[in-house]
Amino acid sequence: MKVLLRGNEAMAEAAIRAGCRCYFCYPITPQGELVEYMARHLPRHGGVFLQAESEVAAINMVYGAAAAGVRTMTSSSSPGISLKMEGISYLAGARLPAVIVNVMRAGPGLGNIAPAQGDYFQATKGGGHGDYRLIVLAPSTVQEAAELVMLAFDLSDRYRVPAMILADGMLGQMMEPVELPEPIPPERIPPKPWALTGAKDRAPNVVSSFDLDPYRFREILRALWAVYREIERNEVRWEEYATEDAELVLVAYGTMGRICRTVVRRARKEGLRVGLFRPISLWPFPSAPLRRLAERVPVFLTVELSAGQMWEDVRLAVEGRAKTPFYGELGGVVPTPEEILSEVKKHVRG
Amino acid sequence: MSVVETKVPAGFVPVYTRPKSLSDKRFTYCPGCHHGIITRLVAEAIDELGIQERTVGVAPVGCAVFLYEFFRCDFAQAAHGRACAVATGIKRANPELIVFTYQGDGDLAAIGAAETIHAANRGENITVIFVNNQIYGMTGGEMAPTTLPGMRTVTTPEGRDVRTTGYPLRISEMLAQLDGPAYITRQAVFDVRHVQMARKAILKAFRNQLEGKGFSLVEVVAACPTNLRIPPTEGNRWVKEQALKYFPLGDLKVRD
Repeated sequence: MKVLLRGNEAMAEAAIRAGCRCYFCYPITPQGELVEYMARHLPRHGGVFLQAESEVAAINMVYGAAAAGVRTMTSSSSPGISLKMEGISYLAGARLPAVIVNVMRAGPGLGNIAPAQGDYFQATKGGGHGDYRLIVLAPSTVQEAAELVMLAFDLSDRYRVPAMILADGMLGQMMEPVELPEPIPPERIPPKPWALTGAKDRAPNVVSSFDLDPYRFREILRALWAVYREIERNEVRWEEYATEDAELVLVAYGTMGRICRTVVRRARKEGLRVGLFRPISLWPFPSAPLRRLAERVPVFLTVELSAGQMWEDVRLAVEGRAKTPFYGELGGVVPTPEEILSEVKKHVRG
Repeated sequence: MSVVETKVPAGFVPVYTRPKSLSDKRFTYCPGCHHGIITRLVAEAIDELGIQERTVGVAPVGCAVFLYEFFRCDFAQAAHGRACAVATGIKRANPELIVFTYQGDGDLAAIGAAETIHAANRGENITVIFVNNQIYGMTGGEMAPTTLPGMRTVTTPEGRDVRTTGYPLRISEMLAQLDGPAYITRQAVFDVRHVQMARKAILKAFRNQLEGKGFSLVEVVAACPTNLRIPPTEGNRWVKEQALKYFPLGDLKVRD
């Protein structure tokens, strides 16, 4: 049965169905509906809803709840995510699973509350300090937002790596019919023998990202990066649309990926052989499939609601095999399909 | 790290033994530092209440950063200042656990002031041990919010000038104004009598949590001879004659 939900509400409901039982937040637009939904619904499922005094406190409460072995989440929007970066680095260093939702708005600074994709670097390149990665998933529909939140909890638990949902204000606010995923039964959530549950009949567990010995810490990080390599092998996700005969492939994620799908349909109607490559996992980035596509496609036009951030990963993947122009909008302005189509026409002939 | 020799020679009877909830790791505190006494008092309280198997500690950033190596309890290492937020997350996730933080004055009263005040104001059912030695010890003796007027530190080489750096922050008095906390007290460990009083206060702060009374904080005014540049034997006198002028001892709030 489909229900009509905002992106923000669908992500909240999906988190509850994924077994999230501790949610910590601080108010910020444009993700307010997620907070409100959790305040109303999470306690009814026996969960903890707590509005913290700051984003910094909220992410550290997530750290505590994750350390106690509970599925936990926080959500925010760009300026709030900047504040969470300290805690996210500690989560990564301490190998704690948690889900962080970023409903992006325009920045830098206070910027505005319109949709943007300017936090790609922060999400995928380690916005906090140190050598770490996050699993980063970017939904382009409300349905996909719900599904990726469920997936984020599973992946985060499986690898003990925090996962981020990188959405934007448009997706957060948009209402669509959603087929909600089935709730995960508690027994399907993997056991966490490392969690802080009290040192009864076992040696004490310690959750920490600290080691003063560089040689020992190097080994800890080598083990962490071995996990990251495993994630890169197993968890790359992307969607291709009309790429079989394409002379130009649009590369776009999230809301921009959705708009570019419309662009492809219109271009095809005009006889232009245009396709879409939509990364779903931003980290691990789908470099290999993009590189394979670059063996036969001469132009990849990256389109983002930013000055060109994912564009760098596209160029790294293509490695000079094809042309890689860029088209982007700034400040919360969302380009129309017509504007993108006219950009497409600069690079491909009918 | 070296292991403490615990073998008892034949004919001797141990009258002063290591608390059960402490590990064999030797403390990393400096000579004359009061952390060692305070850490031990926490362990004694855990032993006395028989809660070792359900206690989770939150270790700070600072001189007590290795706390998780000293205790035989589950432990989380928190970011600087965030211990009360981390403790909130643990306690809310599993209220059966007994959760305590152990923090210095830079950690609790400067970078973590917001986390501390709001955890107290929510009445989080946790126990906070607050070691106030008026200085940043681990990083090399910088001014803390609690540094005394005129006191020389590496960042106040001419002495703390209250006109430009403010006054010693009495955060326990601030917290005692709130409706949330159950128990706020200031103690010291510069002589045997005060060690015994601090011991009772720490025990009460843990017992409060067991009884569900809510946020309990024990501030312990302590000495850092290393960074005060005084002999280890002078630390006790420093607390008694200097620090207590600004940080008077006693209960600031008791809700029974």
